[in-house]
Amino acid sequence: MSRVVVVTSGKGGVGKTTTSASFSTGLALKGYKVAVIDFDVGLRNLDLIMGCERRVVYDFVNVVQGEASLQQALIKDKRVPNLYILAASQTRDKDALTLEGVEKVIEDLKEAGFDYIICDSPAGIEKGAQLALYFADEALIVTNPEVSSVRDSDRILGILQAKSKRAERGDEPIVEHLVLTRYNPARVETGEMLSVEDVIDLLNVKLLGAIPESEDVLNASNAGSPVVLDENSAAAQAYNDVVDRFLGEEVEHRFLTVEKKGLFKKLFGK
Amino acid sequence: MALLDYLIGQRKKKSANVAKDRLQILLAHERSERNTPDYLPKMREEILAVIAKYVDIDQDKLQISVDEADGFEVLELNLVLPESH
Repeated sequence: MSRVVVVTSGKGGVGKTTTSASFSTGLALKGYKVAVIDFDVGLRNLDLIMGCERRVVYDFVNVVQGEASLQQALIKDKRVPNLYILAASQTRDKDALTLEGVEKVIEDLKEAGFDYIICDSPAGIEKGAQLALYFADEALIVTNPEVSSVRDSDRILGILQAKSKRAERGDEPIVEHLVLTRYNPARVETGEMLSVEDVIDLLNVKLLGAIPESEDVLNASNAGSPVVLDENSAAAQAYNDVVDRFLGEEVEHRFLTVEKKGLFKKLFGK
Repeated sequence: MALLDYLIGQRKKKSANVAKDRLQILLAHERSERNTPDYLPKMREEILAVIAKYVDIDQDKLQISVDEADGFEVLELNLVLPESH
């Protein structure tokens, strides 16, 4: 059975696309057939983060408008088997997407045997963001431990609970998961940053994982390779944990406290 | 110096706590507004217009809210009339 997962946040720049790229890659590495769709029409970036920007011929809007088939538009990832990317259109405006068109694409992906359909939402609460979440079964709420991000996440939670297909039909509600990104345990310890407990408390959403603030994320974007593939990185390990927990495994939370450096590391480590 | 910093730190409230307190108040307020019907602002305006025909009132003195009590939805109007001369 296919599951539709929206990656959303309300606020821009908190790590939706980074999370979409690593989460979908992580799921595909587990052997699932995964499609990840960029809903940010006019400002596409998922292709760049996943390193397939030069292979985009047809996009999501072309499929919705019937100008290309889904098979033509799906870009097969070069690193991970079973992973496909559907790029957003860069030239059309966001009205090019319709509810019926999006529904058709999602239904076709389900029929094509995809286990997970990941919808990378644009920022904001306008049409694009509403379409991205409308058909979702589950949601990853990407939040930074920072006031405006928490507020916007709360707003998007309200929309998930009122304006999704599940909400409108009175079905089981969308399963909500909190992904706290750019987490800095050192600043949490000095009382300068909201802690995981604070954010869980405020938003009332179960924590799927905290991703530590890491230089590796920018390096991964620069290279066009999802950070989850950078095995030595703490951010990658955190994303792997997120995938495992999402799939139902009990994994203890890590990277929530400052790593105590031993004398050796203090002298020779970075 | 560390001891001094520590003592000063004790007195000053940590910024994360300030953030949490502010968010708690804000989110509670925004959540209560989220559940109010869309027509409320317009209805408020129209009710005000009717009352203003008869009484000289301060526009900000009308409070309107929809609450739930004992399973009933209650529309609450609260208006302070000016002192009569």
